[in-house]
Amino acid sequence: MSRRISYREALREGLREALLNDPRVLLMGEDVGRYGGTYAVSKGLLDEFGPDRIRDTPLSELAFVGAGIGAALGGLRPVVEVMTVNFSLLALDPIVNTAALYHHMSGGQFSVPLVIRMATGAGRQVAAQHSHSFEGWYAHIPGITILAPATVRDARYMLAPALSDPDPVLIFEHAALYNMEAELGDEEPVDIRSARLMRDGSDVALITYGGSLYKTLAAAEQLAMRGISAAVLDLRVLRPLDTGAIVALTRQCRRVVVVDEGWRSGSLAAEVMARIVEHAFYELDAPPARVCSEEVPVPYARHLEEAVLPQPEKIIAAVEALLGVSS
Amino acid sequence: MIAPPPPSGPVPYNRDFALLLLTDMLRVRRMEEKSAELYGAGRIRGFLHLYIGEEAVAVGALHALQAHDNLVTTYREHAHALVRGMPMSAIMAEMYGRQEGCSQGRGGSMHLFDRTTRLFGGNAIVGAGLPVAVGLALADKMLRASRVTACFFGEGAVAEGAFHESMNLAALWRLPVLFCCENNRYAMGTALERSESQTDLCAKASSYGMPVLRVDGMDVVAVHEATLQAQARVRAGEGPLFVEYQTYRFRAHSMFDAELYRSREEVEQWKKCGPIHTYTARLKRQELLDEEAFLALDAQVAAEVDSAVVFAEAGSDETFESMMADVHTSGGLSR
Ligand SMILES: Cc1ncc(C[n+]2csc(CCOP(=O)(O)OP(=O)(O)O)c2C)c(N)n1
Ligand SMILES: [Mg+2]
Repeated sequence: MSRRISYREALREGLREALLNDPRVLLMGEDVGRYGGTYAVSKGLLDEFGPDRIRDTPLSELAFVGAGIGAALGGLRPVVEVMTVNFSLLALDPIVNTAALYHHMSGGQFSVPLVIRMATGAGRQVAAQHSHSFEGWYAHIPGITILAPATVRDARYMLAPALSDPDPVLIFEHAALYNMEAELGDEEPVDIRSARLMRDGSDVALITYGGSLYKTLAAAEQLAMRGISAAVLDLRVLRPLDTGAIVALTRQCRRVVVVDEGWRSGSLAAEVMARIVEHAFYELDAPPARVCSEEVPVPYARHLEEAVLPQPEKIIAAVEALLGVSS
Repeated sequence: MIAPPPPSGPVPYNRDFALLLLTDMLRVRRMEEKSAELYGAGRIRGFLHLYIGEEAVAVGALHALQAHDNLVTTYREHAHALVRGMPMSAIMAEMYGRQEGCSQGRGGSMHLFDRTTRLFGGNAIVGAGLPVAVGLALADKMLRASRVTACFFGEGAVAEGAFHESMNLAALWRLPVLFCCENNRYAMGTALERSESQTDLCAKASSYGMPVLRVDGMDVVAVHEATLQAQARVRAGEGPLFVEYQTYRFRAHSMFDAELYRSREEVEQWKKCGPIHTYTARLKRQELLDEEAFLALDAQVAAEVDSAVVFAEAGSDETFESMMADVHTSGGLSR
């Protein structure tokens, strides 16, 4: 039986299921318990599972992410919530220098089955220090898996495979999506290795992930009304990238626009384009294009924030330029 | 800093245990002297941080722990790995970068790991082991294991945020962590009093509401007794405890250190408290050892070192393919 739930509720259901299924699972982070979660994801879980398993931490990103690593090594299956990607910078050392390296550097002796969740992204007028999109940065690092659930289904079901992965998995939840609702079937498990085609098309491939997915789908809808058939690929998994799906869609459409909320230089979009060029260069009818955030700190004022982020109009303009048509 | 008087108290142990402590200190010393030599010969490369002068700390402390306890260490960890039970050959082969090394040659001197003895590394980021130790202890507390997690770090780590955040978390959650601070007075070339507004490290730890102990780290007996007491309290569920071992490194920080920051006189002063010769003298005074027995012991240790070197020399190189295929537990994920 299908029902309508929000991205936030989907995340909560995923967490609750994990906590019910495995006594080794615990959620820890700032204000996950008594406050109910910064984005209310964990609301109610403290009452059900108690303060040991829904564990409020001090403002110590470095220590509680590092402790998550130790707890994973010690036999637990921790889900560590970092309030937002912006504050994860204070925990870069344990993530990059410890979690990601442990298995390899120990000669394969130790694994770190840790899941770290955090909110990411801009679009809510919270200004420069609260609007970063660093998931592309994290996707640079071997040893960790990077997930970007953009759909209610992924929000609901990505946690289970993330928790059964023996190595660290980072989950980036776009803050603009928490209130989004969608229909969800009873049981729709997902994998954490492949991209998903959200809309088929033949004239242009739009490749995106996270919060930009809906802007991209909106652009595709408007393009369709003008007779342009755009396919939309949700990457879902930023590391390892599903190169096969990227290349296949490129071959199908022969033109590509990559949409990424990260800054343009050194972005995940740059990596996607590089793979397209490496694997499908001769099948392209035009150079691949991209729509990224403008290279400036994200401003507070609404009109300016909108102007620096990818928007449907910018995506449409990029497609038109690629196809040599004008509106 | 003036050196303390050389340790001279009675050794309150039976002959076997008394000699075990000496043997382990000698094993560490001779293994490291050999590594320094092999470094000079180009057989070992990269960073090599010697523990020479500090042996009483790891030996006295680790013999106070139980086999199932967790151990988290820094890059200056050859002693800890060896005393914990890692074969000298696995350490030597690791320094050689051989796949027979404990970490398959991927880590080298600074990254000794051993699942069987629960040695969780070998962390070369100053302070980074502390939060990991806190998490290991959290797992033990939640899974009701009666383990202690011993976390070794230098006094330099006390200036890092990781130290303060971890002390707070461990004390707040009353976790079974034994914080073992090896205060050898210098962080590379920076003396403690040139980096800390408060040089009393125990005062810092107590401010987090945990008990503290300060011990003469040149005296293996004092180290052992203090650590026995400390680990018993932690194991009994009293929460974390901080031990400051006051010690001194006789050699350079690493192999790239001209030692411009301290005088030769200072080093010579401290050498008078050397943990091995002072302990040997005490054993002799108590007639637990004579010169002949000492020489026999030293020869036995030298033979162990030699065979570790033979093992490392004969080791093989991991293939590129095998190395690439082990980034993830489940195999290579690169696409
Ligand atoms: C975070 C970090 N900063 C700097 C360094 C470089 N470094 C390596 S060892 C060291 C000194 C550490 O001193 P201490 O903690 O007292 O340990 P010791 O070497 O004396 O055993 C420094 C600064 C590092 N490895 N990690
Ligand atoms: Mg030091």
